[in-house]
This record gives sequence, structure tokens and C-alpha cells, in this order.
Amino acid sequence: MENLGNGLVFGLATLGPGIGLGILIGKAIESMARQPEAAGMVRTTMFIGIAVVEALALLGFVLAFAI
Amino acid sequence: MALTLAAAEWGGEFEGTLDPITSLFEFAPLPAFEDLALFGVDLWINRTILIAWFMTLVAMTLLVAATRNPQVVPGKLQSLVEMLVDFIRGLASDIIGTKGARYVPLLTTFFVFILFMNLAKLTPFLMLPPTSRIAFPLFLALIAWGVYVGAGIKEQGFVHYFKELAFPPGVPKALYVLLTPIELLSNLVLRPFTLMLRLFANMVAGHILVVITLVAIHVFLPSFPAGSLVGVFALVAAPLVFGFELLIIGLQAYIFTMLAAVYIASSVEPAH
Repeated sequence: MENLGNGLVFGLATLGPGIGLGILIGKAIESMARQPEAAGMVRTTMFIGIAVVEALALLGFVLAFAI
Repeated sequence: MALTLAAAEWGGEFEGTLDPITSLFEFAPLPAFEDLALFGVDLWINRTILIAWFMTLVAMTLLVAATRNPQVVPGKLQSLVEMLVDFIRGLASDIIGTKGARYVPLLTTFFVFILFMNLAKLTPFLMLPPTSRIAFPLFLALIAWGVYVGAGIKEQGFVHYFKELAFPPGVPKALYVLLTPIELLSNLVLRPFTLMLRLFANMVAGHILVVITLVAIHVFLPSFPAGSLVGVFALVAAPLVFGFELLIIGLQAYIFTMLAAVYIASSVEPAH
């Protein structure tokens, strides 16, 4: 039962960031396809955004083990 | 999954409790160093430390061999290392700007150190990334924190830096009640914390993934016919898992370096 809780914590914590990452990367690809000359800048900004969004899922991962 | 694995390894029946997942990461100290302590802190030399030393030695040997006798027409190793330094230099000048050149040595050290520590995850006979122990990401993040706070104090002055940090300009005065605690927390606590956590959690998750894949092959493939389908699946999945982990290894080294550069840039050039 306790293991189930751990799994649920991580599973639920990935939902939001998953949707966020989808939107973020999709938009980045869209803008890269529209303006290939700005691809470098878009990629750097995309990675920064990914890092910020991903932090939430990682918090869930750590909390799943900590609780 | 874990219970099934344990039962199969045990020969069908399994009683008792499972080892906690941390037993994948914790190792006993070498017998000679059991009593070694400094100010009450254990200085155990265990498997993780030995792997860290070994990978550091490999990285140092490669870098020294590449740059000790530089040629005008670079050889294979030299051009590889030059490409790496060029890449970090481009990243620093892109993100930090003209003042980025000063931070290239630090960022290169971050990148090479994290890359080699992570590579131990997939190196045969080592198979354990030292960065999956919290101390390594913790001190890397503390160094990054010290550097970007120090850079902010040096470039903008102590009072100005913390004033800009707590009271970002261009915001209605009433909003500072909300904004100041959030800004202080995010800039001084959450930044190094997430920097640490990202590297740590990725390495822990990656190590568990690799272990589960390899143990599944080891346990299920010989147990014909009961679980050999799972074993075959794990066997097919193993190269994919290794490839994925290789991607994560490079990506985490890159992201840590890039975020350190972004944080330094935000200190060197105040927000507009």
C-alpha cells in the first residue's frame, strides 16, 4: 500500500510537466520551422524552459522516495 | 516488478522484506578506511569514491595528453578537446556576452567533470555514476551558487545586487509584498536546489533503469520457459536503454553548464 502511494506521487507529479513539456517543445519546433535562422537561439531558450518545467517532475520523483 | 524479480531470483518463493532502493547506491567502506573521520564526519573511501577518482584520472589524462604538445595541425584527440572548448566558449559568449570569457574555464570544468562522472554509469565494470550520490551534485551546485552570487556582488556592488534581486524594477510598488519573497526564494534557494536535484534525480533514475534492465536479463532469460519472454524483451530493450542513458548523460552535463551560465549572466547583467 505504501509502495502504491509512492508510485502515485510520482505518477501524478509527471502529469503537469508532461503536458507542459509537450506544449513547450512543440512551440519551439514550430518556431524553428518557421524561422530556421533563429534555431540556435530558440534551442537555448527551449532548454532553459525545459529545465524549469522538468524541476517539478523531479521534485515529485524525489518526494516519492522521501515520503 | 521488484517482488517478481526477487521471487524469481530466490527460486519461486520469496519471504521477508526487500532491500530498500538505496542499497543500489550505498557501499561499505574499504576495510583500511573504516575509522577515518574528520571533525566527526566519516571519510569513507568506498566504491563511489574510487570510481570518482578513476574517472577524474581518465579525464585528466585525456586533457593533458591532448594539450601538452599542441600542434598547428591538430591530431584527433587535440581537435576533439579544441572542439569541446570552442563549444563552451560559444555557449558562454552567447549567454553571458562579452564578459563570458572569464567564466569559460569554470564552465568547461563543470561540463567535463559532470560528463565523466556520468559516463561511469555506462562504463563496464564501474556501472555506477558518482553523481547519483547527493554530495557530488550538492557541491557542484554550491560552487555554481557561490560563483553567481559572487559575480553579482562584484559586478553590481553588494547593496545594488541584493536590491535588484529583492525589488526587481518596473513593477508597481504594491506588488512587492508578493514579489519580494518569491524572488528571493527563487533566486537564492530554488536555483541551486533545482540545479542539484536535476542532476541527482536524473542519475538515480537512470541507474535504477539500467539495473532493472540488466537484472531482468540476468534473471528471466535463463528461466525457460516461465519468464523467458520478459528476458528476451529486456535483452532487446537493453541497447535502447543504454542509448537513451547516453543521451541523458550528455544532456545533463550540457544543461547544468548552460544553467550555470544563465544564472551567472543574470548576475553580470541585471534584469531590464
